[in-house]
Amino acid sequence: MALIDVSDLHVRFGEVHAVRGVSFRVAEGESYGIVGESGSGKSTVLRAICGLAPISEGRVTVAGEELGRRRSAGFHRRLQMVFQDPYASLHPRHTIDRVLSEPLAIHGFDDREARILRALDEVGLGRGFRFRYPHQLSGGQRQRVAIARALILEPRVMLLDEPTSALDASIQAEVLNLLDRLRAERGLTYILVSHDLAVVAHMCERLLVMQHGQAVEELTRADLRARAARETYTRDLLAASEGYRPAESIR
Amino acid sequence: MTLLHVENLRVTFPTRQGPAEVVRGVSFTLGRERLGIVGESGSGKSQTGRAILGLTPPPGRATADRLEFDGIDLRAATPRQWRGLRGIRMSMVMQDPKFSLNPVMTIGRQLMEAARRTASRAEARDRAMAMLEAVQIRDPARVFGAYPHELSGGMGQRAMIAMMLIAEPDLLIADEPTSALDVTVQIEVLRILDRLVQDRGMGLVFISHDLRLVGSFCDRVLVMYAGRVVEELKAAELAQARHPYTQGLLNCLPRIEGGRRPLPVLTREEGWAL
Amino acid sequence: MTRTEWLLSEQPASRRQARLGQAYRTWLALKANRLAMVGLTLVLALIAVALLAPWIAPYDPIVGGDLRTDRLQPPSWEHPMGTDDLARDIFSRVIHGARLTLMVVVLVAVIATPIGLAIGTTAGYFGGWIDTVLMRATDIFLAFPRLILALAFVAALGPGIENAIIAIALTSWPPYARLARAETLTIRDSDFINAARLQGASSLRILWGHVTPLCLSSVVVRVTLDMAGIILTAAGLGFLGLGAQPPQPEWGAMIAGGRRFIIDYWWVATMPGLAIFAVSLGFNLLGDGLRDVLDPKARK
Repeated sequence: MALIDVSDLHVRFGEVHAVRGVSFRVAEGESYGIVGESGSGKSTVLRAICGLAPISEGRVTVAGEELGRRRSAGFHRRLQMVFQDPYASLHPRHTIDRVLSEPLAIHGFDDREARILRALDEVGLGRGFRFRYPHQLSGGQRQRVAIARALILEPRVMLLDEPTSALDASIQAEVLNLLDRLRAERGLTYILVSHDLAVVAHMCERLLVMQHGQAVEELTRADLRARAARETYTRDLLAASEGYRPAESIR
Repeated sequence: MTLLHVENLRVTFPTRQGPAEVVRGVSFTLGRERLGIVGESGSGKSQTGRAILGLTPPPGRATADRLEFDGIDLRAATPRQWRGLRGIRMSMVMQDPKFSLNPVMTIGRQLMEAARRTASRAEARDRAMAMLEAVQIRDPARVFGAYPHELSGGMGQRAMIAMMLIAEPDLLIADEPTSALDVTVQIEVLRILDRLVQDRGMGLVFISHDLRLVGSFCDRVLVMYAGRVVEELKAAELAQARHPYTQGLLNCLPRIEGGRRPLPVLTREEGWAL
Repeated sequence: MTRTEWLLSEQPASRRQARLGQAYRTWLALKANRLAMVGLTLVLALIAVALLAPWIAPYDPIVGGDLRTDRLQPPSWEHPMGTDDLARDIFSRVIHGARLTLMVVVLVAVIATPIGLAIGTTAGYFGGWIDTVLMRATDIFLAFPRLILALAFVAALGPGIENAIIAIALTSWPPYARLARAETLTIRDSDFINAARLQGASSLRILWGHVTPLCLSSVVVRVTLDMAGIILTAAGLGFLGLGAQPPQPEWGAMIAGGRRFIIDYWWVATMPGLAIFAVSLGFNLLGDGLRDVLDPKARK
């Protein structure tokens, strides 16, 4: 049975119909990608799953629990999210220690010391970072802290919203490797949202292409590598990700 | 023909720990071609572009042994000379159109104002419309009367490019002109720039963090690291880069075809920054 | 390792070191601002004078000297600021008046700041009808000039320094509520607040632990800048006879007392006026400096 089941999801913000009937299933331990350009509704799908955007129509179930307006404490322990901009996702006045100990305090963990140190080690930061403030860290280091914060509750599902698009290429590689390793070690389930087909191809076994709030098509990694896209839009995306080709004329 | 000579360009910012050099002796020449400058954040690529236009933000200071645009020594240029150059003979496109367009003026008025420096009122209007068409805006009449906030990111960026180009500059410095755009729009914007280089013989300095894009778009590439140019090569020969930094940057990108897992990471050596 | 190195360490080893280091960096930034330091000196001088008043003041502030010989003396070595119409030493009265001023400042800050913060952050964070109700109430308070509203309160509560303080505190929170609400609106939808929500943090925890600390600095800056106005309001109430009651040495009441003979005996009203001026200036300079340090957005 699928761990995450999204069927006919609609999200409306007042007049704006951001997601128009998207369905997909993600199995336990799978890494699923959502690709699209800005305004395609790809991030809104993630936000609807985690409760930051309303589910206007349709059903979303995570581990058999159908999600309503209110999310249980257990839900937060099962599912966590990493945001796009590491400069905006950490509280500017909280030390790393505070960032990591807060979720433990909310959920009443007792061995906080050990868990914080383990989380720092796991994301490759080391203990020297524990009492620093976010402004003392680089973008990549901040994103590692955000990953540690998400992992410290030992969730089964991680929602990754463009986790590397604000980072330099070399830092992106490090963070992608970290996410890959953590998934292998902990058997995590990922839903990764990105505008970069190469990142999704590298990280995910299956992916959904979205445009204008609708699903265009679902592909496997093998399809993508074979360039076996059925829809024109996907083919455009694939062509664009190759870089610039001067020979082609637009008219 | 060489349009721009840059020799030993240095940009320094004072900090509490003493002056910090963010550009440390950059030299290159630019003809009527597409020159790419790539590097990661903090490599000094943007400051290099700004320094050429004399736009180093204070309290920073730019110095050079030679900084010459079409025979004009830019180091000794008076404010009056700069006014005759910036926006007319040399222009700059920045990353975010929202910060570069005047929010309380319609696109049309801004375009006409830029064109009015060299043309009459009626002529300026015609040229503004023509330019909007040239940057592939489908409904130029609507965009002409629109305010910047009424445009999408891609439209805004194109309007911005139109504004920079209306004076038909000889040199365009484009600092990450497409990284705020979607990939499909990005390609269209690049086509416009490409055509200007081909048809009008404009010189283009294309500053970007995206090695793959620069490699496929430009003629020549400068790779910057810690304020220095570590390697200069033909874009077509990017795959044969010799400097370990350039190689590392190329290798650490994930590929659709599938590459190594885990991705090779870049190990920086101290020697590169010396 | 010297103390400075310990404070400025890039790798603090404890929560306390991190916090102190952060405070020290703020202090260094404030110290670099010369005008702010002048302001801080003036404010510290007010506190020192207030605390040490009985020891600094050469005479009793209430009981005057010989009414026949010591009335309305000009400033001299014996009476540095002269004497008033009841033969009291103005210097001693100004010094003791610092206590009343400090009390006003501290009490107003302690009462008005939390009210403003709590109402503003709550309204901004929850939005909807909570926001509407709280902000309309705030608007009603804002609609009246502060001194007039304070006058009304004092008239209802009866004259006296305590009632004046309560009246000023009750009339000075609305701008802080507005400010806190505006700040809250800008951070309410930021990713770090979303992250806290996703961890299952309660609204109270988010408000108190995440939103309030970020609003605090701008509100503190605003309170500091408002202090001059608060002192002037207190003095104004004293001047009108609704604040401190005679013979209390309140600066505003002293000016009111000296107003009758300001032409012939200028020092009686001028000296407490200078004290009000110095303290108000001190708070304004300090507030400006704090704004530069704590609120980088407002920097020119």
